[in-house]
Amino acid sequence: MHIVVCIKQVPDSAQIRVHPVTNTIMRQGVPTIINPYDLFALEEALRLRDTFGGVVTVLTMGPPTAAESLRKALTFGADRGVLLTDRYFAGSDTLATSFALSMALKKVAAEFGQPEIVFTGKQTIDGDTAQVGPGIAKRLNYNQLTYVSKIVDADFAGGVIRVERRAEGGTQVLQSRLPVLITMLEATNEMRRGSVENALIAARAQAITWNAADVGIEDLTKCGLRGSPTIVKKVFAPTARTEKAVLVEADGSTDGMADALIDAIFERAPAVEEDLFEQAARQY
Amino acid sequence: MAMTEEKFDAIVVGAGPSGNAAAYVMAKEGLNVLQIERGEYSGSKNVQGAILYSDALEQIIPDFREDAPLERHVTEQRMWMMDDKSHTGMHYRSDDFNEEKPNRYTILRAQFDKWFNAKVREAGALVLYETTVTELVKDLKGQVVGVRTDRSGSPIMANVVILAEGVNGLVGQRSGLRDEVAPDTVALAVKEMHFLPRETIEARFNLSGNEGAVIEAMGTITKGMTGTGFLYTNEESISVGIGCIVSDFADSEVTPYALLEAFKSHPSIKPLLADSECKEYAAHLIPEGGYKAIPQLYGNGWIVVGDAGQFVNAVHREGSNLAMTTGRVAAETVIALTRKREEMSAANLADYARRLEQTFVMKDLKKYKGIPALLHGNKRNFFGTYPQLVSQAMQTWFRVDGVDKKSKEKAIFRNFRETRTIFGMLGDAFKLVRAWR
Amino acid sequence: MAEEKKPAPAAGGRANTKKELPEHFKAYKHVWVAVEIEHGQVHTVSYELLGEGRKLADKRGVELAAVVMGNDRASLEEAAVACFEYGADCVYLVCDPALAHYRNETATKVLTDLVNTYQPEILLLGATNLGRDLAGSVATTLLTGLTADCTELEIDDEGSLAATRPTFGGSLLCTIFTLNFRPQMATVRPRVLAMPERVPGRTGRIVEFDPKLVEDDVVTKVLDFIADRDSDKANLPYADVVVAGGLGLGSVENFQLVKELAEVLGAEYGGSRPLVQKGWITSDRQIGQTGKTIRPKLYIAAGISGAIQHRVGVEGADLIVAINTDPNAPIFEFAHLGIVADAVTLLPALTEAFAKRLRINRLAS
Ligand SMILES: Cc1cc2nc3c(=O)[nH]c(=O)nc-3n(C[C@H](O)[C@H](O)[C@H](O)COP(=O)(O)OP(=O)(O)OC[C@H]3O[C@@H](n4cnc5c(N)ncnc54)[C@H](O)[C@@H]3O)c2cc1C
Ligand SMILES: Cc1cc2nc3c(=O)[nH]c(=O)nc-3n(C[C@H](O)[C@H](O)[C@H](O)COP(=O)(O)OP(=O)(O)OC[C@H]3O[C@@H](n4cnc5c(N)ncnc54)[C@H](O)[C@@H]3O)c2cc1C
Ligand SMILES: Nc1ncnc2c1ncn2[C@@H]1O[C@H](COP(=O)(O)O)[C@@H](O)[C@H]1O
Repeated sequence: MHIVVCIKQVPDSAQIRVHPVTNTIMRQGVPTIINPYDLFALEEALRLRDTFGGVVTVLTMGPPTAAESLRKALTFGADRGVLLTDRYFAGSDTLATSFALSMALKKVAAEFGQPEIVFTGKQTIDGDTAQVGPGIAKRLNYNQLTYVSKIVDADFAGGVIRVERRAEGGTQVLQSRLPVLITMLEATNEMRRGSVENALIAARAQAITWNAADVGIEDLTKCGLRGSPTIVKKVFAPTARTEKAVLVEADGSTDGMADALIDAIFERAPAVEEDLFEQAARQY
Repeated sequence: MAMTEEKFDAIVVGAGPSGNAAAYVMAKEGLNVLQIERGEYSGSKNVQGAILYSDALEQIIPDFREDAPLERHVTEQRMWMMDDKSHTGMHYRSDDFNEEKPNRYTILRAQFDKWFNAKVREAGALVLYETTVTELVKDLKGQVVGVRTDRSGSPIMANVVILAEGVNGLVGQRSGLRDEVAPDTVALAVKEMHFLPRETIEARFNLSGNEGAVIEAMGTITKGMTGTGFLYTNEESISVGIGCIVSDFADSEVTPYALLEAFKSHPSIKPLLADSECKEYAAHLIPEGGYKAIPQLYGNGWIVVGDAGQFVNAVHREGSNLAMTTGRVAAETVIALTRKREEMSAANLADYARRLEQTFVMKDLKKYKGIPALLHGNKRNFFGTYPQLVSQAMQTWFRVDGVDKKSKEKAIFRNFRETRTIFGMLGDAFKLVRAWR
Repeated sequence: MAEEKKPAPAAGGRANTKKELPEHFKAYKHVWVAVEIEHGQVHTVSYELLGEGRKLADKRGVELAAVVMGNDRASLEEAAVACFEYGADCVYLVCDPALAHYRNETATKVLTDLVNTYQPEILLLGATNLGRDLAGSVATTLLTGLTADCTELEIDDEGSLAATRPTFGGSLLCTIFTLNFRPQMATVRPRVLAMPERVPGRTGRIVEFDPKLVEDDVVTKVLDFIADRDSDKANLPYADVVVAGGLGLGSVENFQLVKELAEVLGAEYGGSRPLVQKGWITSDRQIGQTGKTIRPKLYIAAGISGAIQHRVGVEGADLIVAINTDPNAPIFEFAHLGIVADAVTLLPALTEAFAKRLRINRLAS
């Protein structure tokens, strides 16, 4: 059995700052992390491997420094890391990204065996589009199962998988045929800690590194900026609200503060006051 | 195939400046080195914003300037003595510091350590991250032969373990090699990073290009406790912080955070930080016990370097250079023994201490061995009375109010005499000024 | 290092890219909304999109069409009526037994076939689990651009769709165009756009479309649907009043105080992301960038610092009230009303005072 997990190295968005004057991102010192949603996918893949045996390959596309994220994935216990990197990929939107990744996946399949499952995270925290997974599925002609919260069971010999999928207003229980692409929801999965042995293997490992030509991309206009139908024309900071919160002052007692706050709320939003009273009248 | 059956020439615990220096030097000489860091990467646990002294690093990586993440080279040093409303300052600025190979830089530790650690890996050492060494493994004779970590699996073996674990020295303690760190030998420093556009920083501090300024401050800002405040200019940020001896914090009611808030709102500091965006509040210990607080530095199969060995010159705010130097010297000791196929016994590793005696590290720490006690013993004066006196004197002198200069001089001296309780005040001040240079 | 100093991809190299729409795309006209129907229910986000789509269509001088698909003709026709009343000129109605439940395979086929047949210039979907699942597949099949999670849609001077969305975790916004491909696709999260006025009796034309689906060819089967238990179902996006807590409350026991206030106000309760990570609340109650966007008339935030990722989810609220012990907490930057107080003591007092006022009012009436 062979499972591939697509992971992305992203800037830790909690630590991103915007330059107050130029409105550009100040990248200085912003650490990178593995997209948190991808870790849930990785954990799910490792669990499947622990149950059914087989191999987990981790694939990432990014600058050479993205190799760090592969090393980390190996520490968790993944068996192999593949880095897809090429300056032609710079500026890829989701369509170009899913194209490049799908080409790499074809090569992964050719070299290491056809994966029964390709996992991606639900979405990234930088791109935040949730489009790359579906894009890969379409290009590989894999069945697509998004927002999967649980793998109910998998029959790798019979080529059948059953999952729970988060839908609007409820949970779908779906059955599909392998191979599938699964985008993993944040599950209740706790990420494991790799053993000392895993950590040592990871520290020694050399990521397999491929560029566009290696994965058989001949038409470079399908990559990077040129291969991206979407065009970012403008980046700007959200207009800050000019007035700050009006601070409610009250005498020291807590009850006094509560009353003052409610007065202020009702004064600002008489409609809310009416609604509440109406609702209260109905209730009793 | 159990990977852990192999034996490393050396394991380095920690990837701060001392651990990185030790691991780099050994790996470069072809030793089979494993470095273990508990943080997500080297620098991830380290407080940001610091001064890098070029010399110590030059001896390890001569061409570090080519790619190390350096913020600004320091061209101006300000020493401020502060009371609640004023500061009396000494500024030293020299174009000599705009030299080809500048002497001091401001750095952000998170980035610098990461860079240094990448060099360690390039040199051929293996590095494990997010792995905490929990204790040392000893054989029946008490020789340290490896480490245990918080990951499952077997212990990892090595001929020698270099403890570069920083000020707390927990591994050393847990393994019975040393005592707990005494609260009166460590300072607790709190600091923040304040982001500002580089043009603003340059305008406020009168800098151009990559020039940088540093302010070291003492006085009533520490509310009578032994300690100092500081402010460093980075490329697009300012590091500001304040630190005091831990036992003083324990005795006083003041919280470190409140102290930093007060320092930041001091009328001399506030305008420098105006409109900045604060990010990263962090607290860290600094060993300040000096020479007298240095623990046992080596034993059978182990060596201590950097902050774990209390190698900080508190008076000059030097730490990372002592850390790198002790790391390098430890590495050289281990390399020499490994080459000669000698065992890593306490007797052989004593060479580390002998080599250190020849370096500035031990010479400086010995020179200042009395200072921590002096400052701590007279903290009321040094961190309260004297700064106030100086401020009053300055104010009296500079305020033009119809009082003649002669009377002013008299008033100043009267003031000094009245407040002065110990005749040694001038002596103290002299020692202090000399120590701070 | 040098590369890191580069500014964000603002006005990058392609900012000047000229619109050169290939000839075969010139026939693409009209604005479409793919309507989301699950279990006979139209998701409100579809109406919100129709409201916005109407404006875009008017600006372009074209028609607004809705695509409704499912297996139950009666509910589809009902949905069509609603679509007309919310502004659609035309409804593409697709009824087939294979469309009983939403499945990516069938829905992608239907929507791409429709697009290829009738050629819309703009295609909008809700940024819900369903909408995002479908939009990604459709865009890849059509090889066109898709902008996710937009907060604002505009038509620029040249008639192109300008889709604005948050980037870098909400710290910045960017405006994205799809100049050389059609349709221009975008998804918008529920509650980001205002609900349009419904015009009863407004009507339009229905175009039936036969999707030619064969169930046996569809690989993925829906075995079961477990509806969210009604009692526990959070409906944060549509609540009029929301009370939320953050880490500042200190413990899961103290979070109870938030629930109690919500109870008295008949409000929904929610929280910041760390609470989900700590297991104090379920993830469907997380408010913010990676949680729910809310648009209540009143939002009370207790012990929440107001990080940018939280802020972007609550900015649409009419009145934001913050309770925080730290007068410098970022939440005071965008709240309308604030009180510097310990939420753990203030919340019970607030609950009590609200209850009292509501009781008194009842007696008076
Ligand atoms: C606020 C402040 C300002 C300072 N300013 C300066 C300055 O301007 N210039 C200067 O030269 N010095 C300065 N110093 C001092 C300087 O930072 C230290 O002397 C120096 O970092 C010591 O290096 P080290 O490698 O010994 O320890 P550290 O830098 O503390 O590194 C120890 C490393 O070991 C890791 N570690 C700890 N325990 C374990 C374990 N059990 N297993 C695995 N890993 C472990 C830690 O995560 C850490 O990365 C300052 C210190 C502070 C607190
Ligand atoms: C990719 C990414 C996505 C994210 N998405 C979201 C998201 O969707 N939603 C979200 O909320 N967060 C999100 N976050 C997390 C976000 O960055 C913040 O970390 C989080 O919102 C902080 O939660 P908090 O305000 O509850 O906690 P804190 O930031 O710890 O703030 C607690 C606040 O409580 C105050 N306080 C303390 N004690 C009291 C008291 N007794 N009474 C009153 N006030 C008190 C404190 O002053 C402080 O302001 C995301 C982060 C990342 C990296
Ligand atoms: N550059 C990349 N390399 C590998 N996987 C990626 C990359 N970009 C996106 N993905 C995968 O696609 C998922 C969705 O990404 P997004 O569409 O950007 O929200 C992520 O969770 C990853 O699993």
